[in-house]
Amino acid sequence: MNLFRAVTAAIFLALTFTVPTRGGNPPDAVLPPAPAAIVIQNATILTVSHGTIEHGSILLVNGKIAEVGQSVHAPKDALVIDGTGQFVMPGIVDCHSHIAVDGSVNEGSLSVSSIANIAEVLNPDDISIYRDLAGGVTTANILHGSANSIGGQTQVIKLRWGQPAAKLPFEGALPGIKFALGENPKRSNFSIPGQPKRYPATRMGVEETIRGAFTEALDYQRTWADYNKRVSAGEKNLIPPRRDLRLEPLVEVLEGKRYVHAHCYREDEILMLLRVAKEFGFKVRTLQHVLEGYKVADEIAASGAGASVFSDWWSYKVEAYDAIPYDAALMTRRGVIVSVNSDDPAEATHLNQEAAKSIKFGGLTHDEAVKLVTLNPAIQLGIDQRVGTIDVGKDADLVIYNHDPMSAYAVVQKTLIDGRVYFDRQRDIADRPAREKEKKALLEKEKKASEKKPDAAADDGKKPVAKPDAAKPDDKKPDQPAPDKPKPPQADAVTGGGL
Amino acid sequence: MNRVIRSARPLVFLAFFVSLPLLAAAQSPAQASYAITHAKIFTLTGPPIEDGTVVIDNGKIVAVGPSVDVPAGAQVIDGRGLQIYPGFFDSVTQMGLREIGAVSATVDETETGDFNPDVVAATAVLPSSEHITVTRAAGITEVLAVPASGGMDSSGAAGIIGGQASAIHLAGWTIDDLLIKKSAAMVINWPAIETKSFDFTTFSVKEKPFSDAKQEYQKNVDELANWLERARHYAQALGHAAPANYDRDVRLESLAPVVRGQLPVLVFADQERDIRNAVEFCDKQKLKMILAGGSEAYKVKDLLRSKNVPVILRPVLSEVSEEDDPYDRLLTQPAELTAAGVKFAFASFDNSFARRLGQNAANAVAHGLSYDDALKAVTLYPAQIFGLSDQLGTLQTGKIANLIVTNGDPLELTTDVRYLFIRGQLTSMDNKQLRLYQKYNNRPKTN
Repeated sequence: MNLFRAVTAAIFLALTFTVPTRGGNPPDAVLPPAPAAIVIQNATILTVSHGTIEHGSILLVNGKIAEVGQSVHAPKDALVIDGTGQFVMPGIVDCHSHIAVDGSVNEGSLSVSSIANIAEVLNPDDISIYRDLAGGVTTANILHGSANSIGGQTQVIKLRWGQPAAKLPFEGALPGIKFALGENPKRSNFSIPGQPKRYPATRMGVEETIRGAFTEALDYQRTWADYNKRVSAGEKNLIPPRRDLRLEPLVEVLEGKRYVHAHCYREDEILMLLRVAKEFGFKVRTLQHVLEGYKVADEIAASGAGASVFSDWWSYKVEAYDAIPYDAALMTRRGVIVSVNSDDPAEATHLNQEAAKSIKFGGLTHDEAVKLVTLNPAIQLGIDQRVGTIDVGKDADLVIYNHDPMSAYAVVQKTLIDGRVYFDRQRDIADRPAREKEKKALLEKEKKASEKKPDAAADDGKKPVAKPDAAKPDDKKPDQPAPDKPKPPQADAVTGGGL
Repeated sequence: MNRVIRSARPLVFLAFFVSLPLLAAAQSPAQASYAITHAKIFTLTGPPIEDGTVVIDNGKIVAVGPSVDVPAGAQVIDGRGLQIYPGFFDSVTQMGLREIGAVSATVDETETGDFNPDVVAATAVLPSSEHITVTRAAGITEVLAVPASGGMDSSGAAGIIGGQASAIHLAGWTIDDLLIKKSAAMVINWPAIETKSFDFTTFSVKEKPFSDAKQEYQKNVDELANWLERARHYAQALGHAAPANYDRDVRLESLAPVVRGQLPVLVFADQERDIRNAVEFCDKQKLKMILAGGSEAYKVKDLLRSKNVPVILRPVLSEVSEEDDPYDRLLTQPAELTAAGVKFAFASFDNSFARRLGQNAANAVAHGLSYDDALKAVTLYPAQIFGLSDQLGTLQTGKIANLIVTNGDPLELTTDVRYLFIRGQLTSMDNKQLRLYQKYNNRPKTN
């Protein structure tokens, strides 16, 4: 599928099925080298927190930003990256992503599926990690789809391509949970043959589903509180309450230990969720997509919820018909912390460009536009002490462009995470002939092997088609499992040694 | 006296001062005369004119040059600091055929059945579609409305002969105002060899062996060849007999210009194998082929060049389908095709993302395409590919005055279109999204 699976994405990708990524051969899991010190010299530095530094330098030591300024005190052995004519920006934080998920992104059977946890199915081999890294993304909020009023548990990751799943999670980032309102959880646009209609089927039912779940969660919380109280009072031989893995994450929400990221479109459902949150005493951390957020921007600002939006998607369904590309700018002006997200692996490769559109649509300043994909999503995910700006002490997560990143002509040259170069465009290009050769050899080998087997004559020896529906643009089909195919080792630009 | 229009805030200006009288004029037969003076003019026929004038009269460009007299009675637009380009041409959209994707009642893209050569996009194009006003505000002045190009009928299939694509202006009261060319191409969705398909009746993926898929493919191709063969006989009969002497068949009649090589076929294919099969088929059938999609066109660039098949490329910002392809495979393809001598145009393949046309072209420039080729690939090249370059695509005397006046590079994300001319009329850039923005931007603050 193409970029404009955006349309499909919003209706189905986030809703029903996705391509089960076949792990196959892991990438050559070699950690990119971490020089003790890296200095990026003579670059235009978009600090986000304290303006733009022309011809400035950044010193990175032990994976952190050690100095930023017109000049820095680099040790002699520091690795030098010449930034002449280049722009350095904080690594992009994508507040809504479905990459690196092994198998289906939705547990669509239940309206409350808080038991499911995306952290348990992280797939470090998903090529989208590398491609988004090549688009300057360093951190992503990985969520389930929008099939359920209360969906699964989310996980913030760093795009440490080449590392095992256990190394992906963003250390210390508060976990989240996906909520979804409107057409998707009420299943307006599809039904599954042979399956009965699932509750809820209206926005009224969506509210009651959430309210019902939190009513249970409050009871559950109280049961445990009573028990703990009696234990600490010294009572013996008590039987602890039965654990409820579905309600535990909701209790964490009530106790402020888990963020709510709520997929929503229409103004009424946005206010509905804010009311329910107030009723039960929890906060909505982010409203996701929030296409009609501009209609109730003051109310969103007053609630303290952040808004994470698409740049210019619209009209793929009724609840997206009033979407406007001015959404981010208008909400920003009314005091909402706004980010621009991808919801799609291809869209994530140019989030800087998507942010720039808010300069045109709604008149954000250059700095405000940069914040939409750096500091603001970092605030929304509660990781702004670690990433989102170029400041001393923060993680050395940076992206280097050859032009101003608020331009369609800017191309990512290098992406660094924790002071390691995880993506290097020149090296990627240089490595291509060798990878092509390796692929060819593997295909030859496979062909020979299949020729030996008389039963394998079904195929004509040509390469299987990667996506059955790729020839039809913008298909409304839910994603399909990709055919099993031989997979040479992943293109991995970070194993070439050197920088 | 010439009336001089000067405005630093054309959006507001157009919306509140000019749009009402001019809009009315915009949709009636073109009469007004305009001169845009002292602008940098990208004619796309040579190097830009640094300080020049474009004169528009009666819907046409009547003069372009560095020292052109402003005719009496012309409305003058001060173009100082501004740039003039031909309006953009998006060659694959579902403009007017799809309003809200998920609501089938608003979608008229794809007819049921596999062979529908007689259906014509223009029939179902809704001139008042919100997509038209939103899209033209991005500087796109004309598009192809293409049936069976982006959706599926209720059975989940897109059909093989999808119908006739229509070239339309993005302004007008009725389809007659909009029409540039009712039948600009015949859509063929090339039957790909697919071993897996999604079955909507069971909501599950169905698999079949490669041999079965190939057999089915062959059956589809044979059927397509059979239609063309019958159309050829029919076209022959048309030339020999009076209408009363044969049974009329509207579908074969629609295919007659195709088999005569007068109407190009717009063939949707992306994978190397499918493109190759399609090109060989069209060559054998002597059809005038335009490839649409072309994700792997670079793999068959020599064949495309040798058979003179132009390509309408799907957005370069799409996902690369092959896992082991370079991450920038689609971004570098335009430069690669150009170097190989393959003519191509950019297109959105969509409505709601049509306004990303310039963005896609800029991204191709960032990956090696020349800026000149990028501009032409959204203006002149599509006009040439669809046989409309005598009317559109450059700023030349005698051409239809579809042009944009911008405050910068029209491919750049942050550039504004200041004035928009379609069929020689200063056309409003007001649209649903701008109105919603203004409405809610003016909402009294509640906190």
